[in-house]
Amino acid sequence: MTDTVESPAPDRRVKKELRRVQKAQRLRNRELLLLVFAFAITGAAFVLVQFGALGHIELPILVIVAAACALTLVLHIVLRVRASQADPFLVPVALLLTGLGTAMIYRLDLAYEANQGIENSNNGQHQLMFAMLSIVLCIVLVWALSNHRILFRYTYIFGFVGVILLALPFVPFLNGGGNAVVWITVFGFNFQPGEIAKICLAIFFAGYLVRTRESLTSTGKRVLGFTFPRAREFGPLLVIWLISMGIIVLQRDLGTGILIFGMFVAMLYVATGKTGWVLIGVFLAAAGAVAATFVMPYVHNRFNAWIHAFDSDLYNDPSGGSYQLVNGIFGLAHGGMFGTGLGQGRPDLTPVAGSDYIVPSLGEELGLVGVFAILALYLVFVSRGAHVGVAGQDDFGKLLATGLSFTIALQVFIMVGGVTRVIPLTGLTTPFLAAGGSSLVANWLIVAILLRVSDAVRRQPRVVIG
Amino acid sequence: MTKEIRRLSIIVAFMFVALFASTSVIQVVQASELNADPNNRRAQYDRYEVRRGPIIAGGEQIARSQATDDEFAYQRVYEESDLWSGITGWINPVLGSETGIEQAMSQELSGFADSGFLARLNQIVTGQEPRGSSLELTVDPTVQRTARDAMTSMGYSGAVVAIEPDTGRILALVTTPGFDANALTAHDVDQVTAAYDELDADERNPLINRALNTLYAPGSTFKLVVAAAALASGDFTAESTFDNPSEYTLPGTSFKIRNAPFGPCGGSSAETVSLADAITYSCNIPMAQLAEELGEDAIREQAEKFGFGSSFDTPIASAVSSYPTGMSDDKLAQTGYGQYDVRTTPLQVAQWTAAIANDGVEMDPWLVDQIVGDDLSVQKKYDPSERGRALDADDAESVTEMMVSSVAVGASSNARIEGVDVAGKTGTAENGPEDPYTLWFAGFAPAENPEVAVAVVVEDGGGQGQSGDGNTIAAPIAKKVMEAVLAQ
Repeated sequence: MTDTVESPAPDRRVKKELRRVQKAQRLRNRELLLLVFAFAITGAAFVLVQFGALGHIELPILVIVAAACALTLVLHIVLRVRASQADPFLVPVALLLTGLGTAMIYRLDLAYEANQGIENSNNGQHQLMFAMLSIVLCIVLVWALSNHRILFRYTYIFGFVGVILLALPFVPFLNGGGNAVVWITVFGFNFQPGEIAKICLAIFFAGYLVRTRESLTSTGKRVLGFTFPRAREFGPLLVIWLISMGIIVLQRDLGTGILIFGMFVAMLYVATGKTGWVLIGVFLAAAGAVAATFVMPYVHNRFNAWIHAFDSDLYNDPSGGSYQLVNGIFGLAHGGMFGTGLGQGRPDLTPVAGSDYIVPSLGEELGLVGVFAILALYLVFVSRGAHVGVAGQDDFGKLLATGLSFTIALQVFIMVGGVTRVIPLTGLTTPFLAAGGSSLVANWLIVAILLRVSDAVRRQPRVVIG
Repeated sequence: MTKEIRRLSIIVAFMFVALFASTSVIQVVQASELNADPNNRRAQYDRYEVRRGPIIAGGEQIARSQATDDEFAYQRVYEESDLWSGITGWINPVLGSETGIEQAMSQELSGFADSGFLARLNQIVTGQEPRGSSLELTVDPTVQRTARDAMTSMGYSGAVVAIEPDTGRILALVTTPGFDANALTAHDVDQVTAAYDELDADERNPLINRALNTLYAPGSTFKLVVAAAALASGDFTAESTFDNPSEYTLPGTSFKIRNAPFGPCGGSSAETVSLADAITYSCNIPMAQLAEELGEDAIREQAEKFGFGSSFDTPIASAVSSYPTGMSDDKLAQTGYGQYDVRTTPLQVAQWTAAIANDGVEMDPWLVDQIVGDDLSVQKKYDPSERGRALDADDAESVTEMMVSSVAVGASSNARIEGVDVAGKTGTAENGPEDPYTLWFAGFAPAENPEVAVAVVVEDGGGQGQSGDGNTIAAPIAKKVMEAVLAQ
């Protein structure tokens, strides 16, 4: 037995640890400040919607909004206790986006009631309920998941679950109908299992790539300055590609297919550092897209509506024309630089204004200024995720955080790019904003995971006092 | 790994830059263009919500907004609508429809146009109810009424267009039969749909603006275009001569054409006939020969200088007049007197007539003098603009002489006005072996210093089948219109 060596300067260590604790408090205080700011904007949005559309205040809905805000305070307290070093921007940004989206969905309810003779349109209330459920699940996950590395242990189980979830809509008695085979109905509730599958697959990809990156990075041929992987390592990429194509062809869901493939390629690149993977991935995606355009009529229609949106035949085509797309664009143009003001535009003229076209709806009433603010919020969210990825010290956490935040970015790009004609429109949900419970729950679970990983990143390396 | 994450972040940054750019383009750069898109119901609904400005002709409000207590806040009321409906069109929020100048100048009328920007800003800042701007038309109510009465008193379907040759200002734009646009402004869907269906089903097609949008065979009025092409070619003068038989067999066919009336041109038994006489007496045979010699390209080029192949923006857009291509010689010959597939709007006929009157310079035809704000400030004044030179001044002078002679001694005698030199040209277009003629008159007065150019078209042979002609049916109407202008 040797004597424990006196640590050279124990008080310095203590000071350091104290600073860390103080820093944690600073982080949480900053979060609280931002949260209050988010509460104020969300509350103001609902009040303005009511003034703009109704001309008076209706208290009940505001109470629910306040309750949802209060729940994030619970989350904040849980973070102080369980993950005090977690990133302070994630929750306020997620709340603000959720708040703006819900306010717009509620605003559309008022418009539908006023202009289209629909009684008791209550998508807004539903969305608020789901927001509260999502925040509760986020709290539970933050509390229950003491360390994100637990997820690493179940890599393959998550992969399996992800694929099962994607396949669920094909089970006859679960299928929830709709044009694309992506809904299931359980006990009367509609759910898109693909949203949760996305998270499971991100965990699976991260775990799988961390385990196999050694073999995947082994040298390959260099062609034109790019290192291309060897043939036998194509396996995983091809499998994911086939799954994605399966989603596109069998589920008729172009967006999710592209999203999952894009997420995998990005994570593969981050894990292996091989540009060759990216090029092959992009090539496969392009080949798949071109093939789908020829084989799948719905993909062809989307493509056509993108290129010739303002063609009057397509505009007036009742089946799969460009009517929705162009009306969304009219909405954005109607808003112009500063918007019509909440409750004072006509977002209800665009079909599915609360889901696919939530950004044009917000853009109409908040203007280009509002759209820029929303995009900036997403950028903050994504950059916090990337920051966790850069600062992290375990590869699994880095890869998971990067993968999840890139997925959010890609989803925003696919949706906002789709409704503004940067790319053809595909049916995905705009994270946090769009109407839809599954998506909201999934995105808040992502928040929980990112909170967890970011907390772990700041805690390492742990110092032992005494 | 960190390096790759950084690179991935750069890609994300580019994706977002694309989104910032695309939203900026839509919401700022293209916004006004998108808001003016006819499919854009948002802009339409916005327009209904404001108190649109009135449409004014000669100090009379011919369209105004009246407050209602329904969701649309205002309803449009049209005065003497039967007279003005071709110009005003109508606007109806229930049908989501706008036509005529209500549509063409909708942004201005509702105050959303750039010209009304300051007024709109002022209204927002001072918290006033937004109001649109009013339009003052170029149309002279007296001339418009004279033209309409001349047509309807005879029960004619057709159109009259009168233009000030040196400015392009439209003094009258009449299409008959008219209709009462007030029947189409009600906010009750069933009522207004029934009214629309009734008008739409009417055999006489009152909803069509014949002056701007109906394409007719121009008949002999087109001889003016062919004559202009001949003079412009430099190969012909007014004195150039053509064979003067009483029958002419179209090349490559056994089909014989005749002059109207039958016989050699102008009743003269001379072997040849000059271009001037061919216009004066409106003879088909020399014009057929002339067309063959000129070739279709030369005629089309001249027609396009007058406006064929493009729409006039008055600002109500007109239909596009056309001259056929790739014809065999027999068909080319028939275009020499405005038959075969030559198709023109009455506005186009008025335009070439006005261009000849204005020493060969064609002005842009225009219906609006100025846009006036709610506070009576002039927000925009329209100055005359040249469409371009359609023919040389000398050639215009030469064609004018032929037209004066046509009225004075030739085939357009019914357009004569006491003490004034009138230049004119009739047209009697065939539509088919059994179909009634389309009857025309195109002319201007005074010939020396023209104040008005007018085109008149009467459909269905003016009810006389194939027995009426342009001189008996259309010329008297043009005469009344010219007199109405000259009397002022």
